[in-house]
Amino acid sequence: MSRCPDNLLERFQELFPAMNMEKPAPSEESAGEEDGADAAVPPPPPPPPCRKTEHAKVGYDLDAIVEPHQIEEAAKLLDHEGFAIDMITAVDWPDAEQFELVYDFMHFQAGTRVCVRTRIPRDRPEIATLAHIYPGANWHERETAEFYGIQFTGHPNPIHLLLPEDFVGYPLRKDFKPQPDPLLEP
Amino acid sequence: MELHPVQSTGPQETFVLNLGPQHPATHGVLRVKLTMDGEFINDAVIVAGYVHREHEKMGENRPWDQFLPNTGRIDYLSAMMYTHAYVGAIERACGIEVPPRAEYVRVITSELNRIASHLVWWGAYLLDLGGMTPLLYAFDDREKILDLLEALTGARLTYCYYRVGGLAEDLDDGFVEGTREFVKEFRPRLKMFRRLVSENIIFRKRVEGIGIIDAEMCRKYGATGPMIRGAGIPNDVRRAEPYSVYPELDFEIPVDPAADSMARYKVRMEEMEQSLRIIEQCLDRLPEGPVMAKVPRVLKPPEGDYCYATEAARGRFEVRIVSTGKPVAHRVRLRTPCFGNLSLFEEAARGMMLADGIAMMGSLDLVIPDIDR
Repeated sequence: MSRCPDNLLERFQELFPAMNMEKPAPSEESAGEEDGADAAVPPPPPPPPCRKTEHAKVGYDLDAIVEPHQIEEAAKLLDHEGFAIDMITAVDWPDAEQFELVYDFMHFQAGTRVCVRTRIPRDRPEIATLAHIYPGANWHERETAEFYGIQFTGHPNPIHLLLPEDFVGYPLRKDFKPQPDPLLEP
Repeated sequence: MELHPVQSTGPQETFVLNLGPQHPATHGVLRVKLTMDGEFINDAVIVAGYVHREHEKMGENRPWDQFLPNTGRIDYLSAMMYTHAYVGAIERACGIEVPPRAEYVRVITSELNRIASHLVWWGAYLLDLGGMTPLLYAFDDREKILDLLEALTGARLTYCYYRVGGLAEDLDDGFVEGTREFVKEFRPRLKMFRRLVSENIIFRKRVEGIGIIDAEMCRKYGATGPMIRGAGIPNDVRRAEPYSVYPELDFEIPVDPAADSMARYKVRMEEMEQSLRIIEQCLDRLPEGPVMAKVPRVLKPPEGDYCYATEAARGRFEVRIVSTGKPVAHRVRLRTPCFGNLSLFEEAARGMMLADGIAMMGSLDLVIPDIDR
């Protein structure tokens, strides 16, 4: 029995049909194994944007790459299907000049996990908030914003969550250098 | 969702009340900025981050296995389950098969850790509600678990006993006997705890029907563990996304549909019972054999993005690792249960009386370093 309902994969493919696939990430797509169900889709050289993955191998059942402007639509679809928000985070890819945003959703009854990814340019890190769809996204986005300097447009309360309010810099960026402590300087 | 029915009718005059950062009811360094209308909470704003340590950055600047001790210090009350998730993620990425004996020992120690954690919650929660005695009883039993685990791992709280591919050391007979004895002694104690507290009328008046957090709210906020099970949905990572040897074991997932503070209380009490069942089964089936798989000296998980979740005492703990095939992680993301569980407090506390808000907050079973990381 498949852990990932087929209709979910189809609906994702319907929702995001003609995605420009030249941009996807060089590295992290190679991990998941292809599922037989994807055989019907014309096989492009990069992995299809929506694919089933094996839970036992990577820890999620569906991996979907969407365009940044489609993220709200994807969240609405998953909300409608009864998914809960699991986490939101970012990954810094300085070589590709991009931030990868990773949105994880889980289903309480089925145990299914869906991972939605998108990439935004590093020099203009902006994406729409999901806080109006999932109120739980509020804190996750505040955390991602303060650690990566990503702006979530429309966020109801865009202030620091874990860092001190006067903290300068974005610590989880790969090029972050901590400010020297004035008290420790000779 | 329904808020608490009592509503104030007075003139709209409010004042700000700071709960914390140093307050016994927050169980750590957490500040809640409350806007009060008399005894009623108009608005609650959580101010977190006082014990932020940037664990995720630490994960990115040291070799994979050297980050392991950090994971036991995120939620210091369920270090076993947290280290399990981290080693699990690396094992999943590298395709390392863990010997069965090691998996059984992992489950035994994790479940002991869960009981110890629930006992701390039980004692501290009732202390919040004004009962001093239960804490002393709870810590009496917890001490026995800590002694057992100390003899095995060398630590009383922040265990770092699991390794990528197995365990640091094998069990000895003393641990097996001691654990059997503990299970035998603890069952009647658990019954006594119920007689002592669960039926107590003062306690029941403080928690029954108060602090309603329904399944829909848990879904929108990503609350897991006893929160979601206390809202009537049998979601448990041990069953929903099976890991280790849990699929082979016979245990139930306690649920309670009432969704109030009492429901979460009952779920945790029943979970301790189920943990005892799991421990007994594991001790009976404990296979012989090695406790460590063959693992490369320098870990280099293949490129990719891997998640591994475990059911910690407070809910779902998940590690997401992003590897670029180097001996150091590209990204380590720690999804902690208390983060999601607390984020709904602001909404759930609105309209409650202050004393009920405290009773509700205690039923969330917060560990602050787990939120702040």
